[in-house]
Amino acid sequence: MKYFDHAATTPPREDVIRTVTEVMAQHFGNPSSLHRLGEDSSKLLSKAREVCANVLQVKPGEIVFTSGATESNNLAIRGIMSKYRHRGNHIVTTSIEHPSVFETCRQLEKEGCEVTYVPVQPDGTVTAEDVLSAVRNDTVLVTVMHVNNETGSIQPIEEIGKDIKSRHPLVFFHVDGVQAFGKLPLSIRNSRIDLYSLSAHKFRGPKGAGLLYVREGVSLAPLLTGGGQEGGLRSGTENIPYIVGMAKAVRLAAEQQPHLAKQLAKLNLELHEGLQHLGGLEINSSPQGAPHIVHFSYPGMKAETMLHMLEEEGFFVSTQSACSSKRSEPSRVLLAMNKEMDCALSGIRISLGEEHTEEDIRQLLRAIERTMERLQRVKGGNS
Amino acid sequence: MQYDMLLLRFGEITVKGRNRSRFEKAALAHVQDLLKAYPATEIKKEYGRIYVVLHGEPAAKIIDLLKNVFGVTSISPVKVANSEIEEITAQAVSFIESMNIAKETTFKLNARRVWKKFPVSSHDMNQIISSPILKACSHLKVDVRNPEIELRIEVREQGTYLFSEVVPAAGGFPRGTNGKAMLLLSGGIDSPVAGWSAMRRGLEIECVHFHSYPFTSKKAEEKVIDLAQVLSGYYGQIKLHLVPFTEIQTTLAQGKHDSVMITLMRRAMLRIASALAERNNALALVTGDSLGQVASQTLASMNVIGRATTLPILRPLVTTDKEEIVSLAQQIGTYELSILPYEDCCTLFVPRSPSTNPNLHVIEKIEAALPQLDEQINEAVSGTETIMIRPGEAVIRRSEAEPVVQDKWF
Repeated sequence: MKYFDHAATTPPREDVIRTVTEVMAQHFGNPSSLHRLGEDSSKLLSKAREVCANVLQVKPGEIVFTSGATESNNLAIRGIMSKYRHRGNHIVTTSIEHPSVFETCRQLEKEGCEVTYVPVQPDGTVTAEDVLSAVRNDTVLVTVMHVNNETGSIQPIEEIGKDIKSRHPLVFFHVDGVQAFGKLPLSIRNSRIDLYSLSAHKFRGPKGAGLLYVREGVSLAPLLTGGGQEGGLRSGTENIPYIVGMAKAVRLAAEQQPHLAKQLAKLNLELHEGLQHLGGLEINSSPQGAPHIVHFSYPGMKAETMLHMLEEEGFFVSTQSACSSKRSEPSRVLLAMNKEMDCALSGIRISLGEEHTEEDIRQLLRAIERTMERLQRVKGGNS
Repeated sequence: MQYDMLLLRFGEITVKGRNRSRFEKAALAHVQDLLKAYPATEIKKEYGRIYVVLHGEPAAKIIDLLKNVFGVTSISPVKVANSEIEEITAQAVSFIESMNIAKETTFKLNARRVWKKFPVSSHDMNQIISSPILKACSHLKVDVRNPEIELRIEVREQGTYLFSEVVPAAGGFPRGTNGKAMLLLSGGIDSPVAGWSAMRRGLEIECVHFHSYPFTSKKAEEKVIDLAQVLSGYYGQIKLHLVPFTEIQTTLAQGKHDSVMITLMRRAMLRIASALAERNNALALVTGDSLGQVASQTLASMNVIGRATTLPILRPLVTTDKEEIVSLAQQIGTYELSILPYEDCCTLFVPRSPSTNPNLHVIEKIEAALPQLDEQINEAVSGTETIMIRPGEAVIRRSEAEPVVQDKWF
């Protein structure tokens, strides 16, 4: 079986698994305990924070460890909106955000916030200009993902950040960096980002660990209250083995990013060309998008059918995003890109990882071709 | 006399406006910590005061303990009576009788009706209560201006408090209410006193000690641990960072700049302490410098040394005389430890004629000619061993076997 669902989750690195196991076995102390065992755990926690901060080129005090992207995104958005309510109650986001951002915004609307969902262009990107013109006097937060999890479209984060901060210095800027980290370069400081979410399992770290960068001087209301861990922003005993494992994964992902991006871009191009060559497919991603995601629709076919047939052929792919794939609804992201309904119902996402070769791509293309033929026969027989 | 209660008063923190409750909470937590040794006691908090109900625990011992609580200015042992004039009077008489007062002692009664529903006014109470007292203790002389003994009576709804003794306490600001600083703790007399003074102003302190084993003995380190332990008695618990300084000293000594050796060492120490401060979220350094005491404490030296860091350097003892420092050290209990005769890393390299007027330009040039220095400073920071010191508890040192933070994990 070939795994082509790296945007959903990545196989953890061997050395990350080893780190997690060893740390779990050797350092079970609660980092809040004052005795030596606690101190030891606390040292590992500081070291992990330092490593993550170094990679992101921020200060250790600006890193808050969380359970993953959903928590990071929720903490960022809710944390800002409840802390800075006096400045206004308006949020600017895009129509293609991940559910952990989108649903949080929807929830906040019910709680009295106003949200502007900036529409995307047919290629799935927003323009900095559109985002900026949505900002009003009562806007508190702008939240934009770096790379879309379904189509891999890349948003102009640096431009948005610079524009917002030069014209509306008081407006906070949150970036969901989950799909971009390790695939695209990004400077948090240059992009004038106030809040930045990451999830470890998207770059071969453990599931259940993530982080939120919170720029010094920005205050958040916590989602969880309790023992006051993570500077009071995230109470709960820190998951030391996973956090250490994440630190290792963060470092390696950043180190290997240029190389990996190059390798994946090549496979991505080949896959795009091959799909185009097949004909009858609608290709929703662009070779200029994130290197690890290729997305197409086979209009008229249900996406899940295609997924299972590819599984039979030995390939794991995805419909929509993993987080919404259990619902057989049209893709919100594709609809936002002005795609037809039957296209939005039949999206297949192929996401690549470093283990893939050109031969894998060729085999995948052949499998897609065979699947299309089979589906065509079924469809033909029915009509 | 068996006292029922202790009354703890706060000084300057009561004028702290909106922050007052934060200060009071910190002091309360400190009291609670210390009273764990006396589980029968009970703490009550009231506006600007803390009461400790003794429930039979020894007043004198607990006063000795609590007078070290920063933020508390004074403590009075209190006798409690029911708020009825007959009982108050009887208690007041026995209170004075039990004091075994010498003849001709001057005396004043100061009764106050806090609970306004109490039927007798403050003024009337003074008269009603003082006459039986004077009858029972005929050798007392009344002096309302400047009495040697003042018996104060406060009538409250829940009970009436009688007290006379006022034991001065540490004062200052409650534990840790003014942020955190790193104390450069040598084995000398001054730095522990500087640390105590800083803590008294509400600073949380982490101690940094530079050791240069095998140049100095392990005993020197033990002595510093003991000193930190005395300080922890005033705070509850204190972190001590033990910094390996041997390599840096060796490097600096190779330069043959004998007369500015101390200057170079102190600058390296400040840089290490600053890095540790950043790691531990401390915003200042505290040193035991006292102006003019030794060569490194002339104004010119302090200038050149201080420029090695951008953090504020707090010098609580800077204008204090040596005698004052020694008497404070005796008072807080560090003096006897401080004078134990072990070499520390500063005394070891004292040159015959240390410069009292180092030149910043020259010093920077010497440092620039030692390219390995920066790296060694980083190594010293990462090689620092941190231990938690608690009053009266044995210190557990990390086993040398396996480092906690293993590089292969990151």
